[in-house]
Amino acid sequence: MIHVDPRERNFIIGTTILLLIFGTAVLVSSFAFGFQVPAPVERLDPKLVATPGQSPWGDPVEERVRELAPNKYEVYILAQAWNFQPREIRVPVGSTVTFMVTSKDVQHGFRLDGTNVNMMVLPGEVAKLTATFDEAGTYNFVCHEYCGVGHHTMYGQLIVEP
Amino acid sequence: MYASVKKLTGWYLGVGMVALFIGGAMGPLQKLEHVGINVYPALQNVGLNSYYQGLTIHGVLNALVWTTFFIVGFLTFATVNSLERDLTHPKLNWASFYIMVIGLVMAAVPVLLNTATVLFTFYPPLQASPFYYMGLTLVVVGSWVGGWGMFLTYYAWRKENPGVQTPFIALASNITMAMWQIATLGIATEMLWLIIPWSLGWVDGIDPQLARTFFWFTGHPIVYFWLLPAYVSWYGMVPKQVGGKLFSEPLARLVFWLFLLLSIPVGLHHQYLDPSVPAGWKIVHAVLTYSLFIPSLLTAFNIIASMEIGGRARGGTGLLGWIRALPWDNPSFTAQNLAMILFAFGGIGGLTNASYNLNLVIHNTMWIPGHFHLTVGSGVTLTFFGIAYWLVPKLANKPLFSNKVALWQAWTWFAGMLLMSNGLHILGLNFGSPRRTMLGVAPYASSDWQPLLIEAALGGIILGVSGLLFYTNMLGTVFSKKTLTEEIEMPVAEPLDPHPAPAWLDTWRPWVVATVVLILVSYGPLLVNLISNLNLTSPGFNALW
Ligand code: HEM
Ligand SMILES: [Cu+2]
Ligand SMILES: [Cu+2]
Repeated sequence: MIHVDPRERNFIIGTTILLLIFGTAVLVSSFAFGFQVPAPVERLDPKLVATPGQSPWGDPVEERVRELAPNKYEVYILAQAWNFQPREIRVPVGSTVTFMVTSKDVQHGFRLDGTNVNMMVLPGEVAKLTATFDEAGTYNFVCHEYCGVGHHTMYGQLIVEP
Repeated sequence: MYASVKKLTGWYLGVGMVALFIGGAMGPLQKLEHVGINVYPALQNVGLNSYYQGLTIHGVLNALVWTTFFIVGFLTFATVNSLERDLTHPKLNWASFYIMVIGLVMAAVPVLLNTATVLFTFYPPLQASPFYYMGLTLVVVGSWVGGWGMFLTYYAWRKENPGVQTPFIALASNITMAMWQIATLGIATEMLWLIIPWSLGWVDGIDPQLARTFFWFTGHPIVYFWLLPAYVSWYGMVPKQVGGKLFSEPLARLVFWLFLLLSIPVGLHHQYLDPSVPAGWKIVHAVLTYSLFIPSLLTAFNIIASMEIGGRARGGTGLLGWIRALPWDNPSFTAQNLAMILFAFGGIGGLTNASYNLNLVIHNTMWIPGHFHLTVGSGVTLTFFGIAYWLVPKLANKPLFSNKVALWQAWTWFAGMLLMSNGLHILGLNFGSPRRTMLGVAPYASSDWQPLLIEAALGGIILGVSGLLFYTNMLGTVFSKKTLTEEIEMPVAEPLDPHPAPAWLDTWRPWVVATVVLILVSYGPLLVNLISNLNLTSPGFNALW
């Protein structure tokens, strides 16, 4: 074995314990508070995804905010250079909204202010996360992955109505 | 001594520095855009078409070219001087240099012609000119060949010195290059299998999710490829430069082996928010990433203790008095020490990034450039500047143009980086401002962001000035009419405890086998899953910029 100075040994043990505490806190909080990261949903063909009848993202924009039950919504958002469709979503306060986002061209990002909804949007894949809105207001969702020269104009708004 | 290696290293460093000059120049322009000063229209007639073309230049030249050229040059030099044995196949090492240069030119031309404005991550299905991909691939292949030249030299040395322990610097340099060979298999597969045939039009579609997974297979360990050469200097050279000794040499060796083992099977921490990667694998990589902090924490203790030995030997007393006794008038030391301090902040931020769910808050926000300018932009780059302050005079056989300018350079970098990274971190954390974005004209940018953007821009301008000071010094040195009166030696730190480290810290096979096994376990099932559901459906998009 290697000779380790006692002070260094204490440092190693101390910092390892600290890391264990941090790591446990991260994992426990993920489960206890139900933090989600995106997980596989399905794989699609991005060339067909916007075709009517082929996928939910092919439906008319106004039908893509779906009320599943009172205060429970599902939104199918199509990302493309350089906008989100729908780009304005209205739900009543107290709603739980599941966002299903895919791209019909290049990679995009989707981050909704004031929530933990943050995901990569890839062509051929479905990014899915849920959030609950207890406060009325306007929340921006912004594309955060470079998607061409118009990237900085790509955003939309979720309006939570009182 | 070893004149041929000196010349070769000089060329690697020279090309790297030219790249950083051009790439670095884009940085302050980006910062100006963020505060509403858009200089890009004015630069159209010199061929710079957009913020995003500039950002591609910045990322490619700084993160890929400057680093790789400096590293291969520096580690080749360090291996030869540490083993005190010339290269066995110098032609191979020169071939490495030429392949890298050809690759650089091939990639640079389309970038400058605005046919590769896809940033340095080139996520498909954004589709650049095929030359961009082939050029980057050649840079990597060239760096492999440089590694082979080093391995052959090391192997010959082992044969000639049976039973002798490998000197620390040579061992650490070779471990770094070995890690790089394994790590780049990801990007090589992405390029050769998925991207290049598709960019040439031989196949119609690409699988963006699989491409990202291969990219990040290399994309995390690449940061250790950047960092470990700085660690070579911090462990192997800085203690000598401050008049100290390496506090625990065996642990320093262990740290390098741990980086070989753990650098690669953690790449999914860049893909926590990817849609088609199962959460279970993300958690596995999160846990492995946490274990990767252990060698870094070992490093913190060992290097500070080594410098303390130096500070006390120079007459420093008391709990902190030894810090003042360090050679702050030596720019090589000062630059590297300030780099370490900035890197420590970067490491703490990195812990946040790695933390599975905390990552949701900062992923792809301005926090991220705030983070990596502390790590690769300072911990690595400022250390390389510090190394250049002794190495370039040695290679050129001329004294450093000005100690004073070099000291100003180090401190201005430190100050500028504190401002810039502080501003960027807060923008990301509090406001979620996206990265890779023309914030100066983004319709959703809020006036609350202004003070922070201004702070960061101020930092960026100070950094620009600091960069100019560095180049003044390098040019002043290389074109000086003076010559050195006595040769500069590569600083080599002695271990505090002269007993050699145990043999298992000088044995390759178990470590390499364990590395491969850990990669297979952590990546194998995911890759099998993605490949058996291959989704080659995305056509290329090459007209979005
Ligand atoms: C003159 C000093 C520098 C300034 C002012 C500067 C500024 C910036 C800024 C503002 C960004 C973010 C742009 C955006 O996300 O829209 C950025 C990105 C970046 N910088 Fe720097 N930087 C400097 C030096 C460096 C150095 C020395 C390195 C590495 C060796 C570096 C590597 C990068 C990389 C890899 C990116 C990311 C590019 C991308 O997102 O595609 N920078 N820089
Ligand atoms: Cu975008
Ligand atoms: Cu990483």
